[in-house]
Amino acid sequence: MSKFSKNKKKGASAISTASLPDIVFMILFFFMVTTTMKETELKIKIKLPQATEVKKLENKSMVSYIYIGKPIPALQELYGSEPKIQLNDQISELTDIYNYVMAERGAVAEELQPQMTTSLKVDEETEMGIVTDLKQELRKAQALKINYSSRKMVKKK
Amino acid sequence: MAKRDVPEINAGSMADIAFLLLIFFLVATTMDVDSGITRKLPPWVVDQAQDLRVKERNVLIVLINKDNQLAVEGNLTDPLNLKDITKEFYVNPADLENLSEGEMASHKLEKYIKANEEDNIRKYNRLIKEIGDVKISKGIVSLQNDRGTKYSKYIEIQNYLVASINELRDELAEKVYENKFNDCTEDQQELIQLVYPLSISEAEPKSFK
Repeated sequence: MSKFSKNKKKGASAISTASLPDIVFMILFFFMVTTTMKETELKIKIKLPQATEVKKLENKSMVSYIYIGKPIPALQELYGSEPKIQLNDQISELTDIYNYVMAERGAVAEELQPQMTTSLKVDEETEMGIVTDLKQELRKAQALKINYSSRKMVKKK
Repeated sequence: MAKRDVPEINAGSMADIAFLLLIFFLVATTMDVDSGITRKLPPWVVDQAQDLRVKERNVLIVLINKDNQLAVEGNLTDPLNLKDITKEFYVNPADLENLSEGEMASHKLEKYIKANEEDNIRKYNRLIKEIGDVKISKGIVSLQNDRGTKYSKYIEIQNYLVASINELRDELAEKVYENKFNDCTEDQQELIQLVYPLSISEAEPKSFK
């Protein structure tokens, strides 16, 4: 008789959580592999336009970024609400672009310099005026390979 | 004697550690892949008047005004039609007077032989051998915009222009290599690019009504 009463414990036995770490590790590894760290803190708000004919940018070390958009609300008092150019971590002027390109170019080995690309991350609401000025500056700086950064849109047939 | 239980290692805190790392990577992650429309700017010239002279029929003028309206060769056009217009302009199947001129590959080859440009001679020889003596368009699309044009509209139009070239390339690749352009080998892609170069001119901005 005692045998039966011993096995009858009160309540359900605890669910084993031994496999929980395994699951979490799996998710963890997924994120570790897909992760790319944020390089710059954006001071402007950017919503990229959409396009279907996009190409992936390869070789990220060869890419320099230029951002254009309206300053984020917290900084609008300082910079106004007109679209601004951001290079690295700073809001910059058109005249700074030449030096920025030269600095980026100087960081790359000479034989690789023709592969350098400038990625333009421009907010879709921006007017073309500032973009055109920027393109002229890039031409002056001989940074001719550019990439209009855009989100991939599924092709409509 | 009863069997002795092997004492289990407590793995309970393992989950905590893993969670901690997981949350760190979740926060630090940006998932976006960088992609976009690649384009080459023309080199800077001091004397702007020194522009390339191109016959009028070989230039397809695409304008976007400040109200984001699209005009092709002066006529208001729906952006949806732009792709077909561009394709027709390049291919000019009926040899119309007002669309782009073509030049036979063999004719181009002769010119390069005269100029003794080894690299081009080799390329065009291969082109004629593999694809055949095809007509190569002299057409250039000139994309002009106003300072007030919205960037999203500009990209949309760029996208249509690139799409038209990509479709032409795909069609040729399917015909010759029975493959999509992107699945062709680099050598094959090079030849197809010779036939359909991405000739979109990023002209100086102009202001117009």
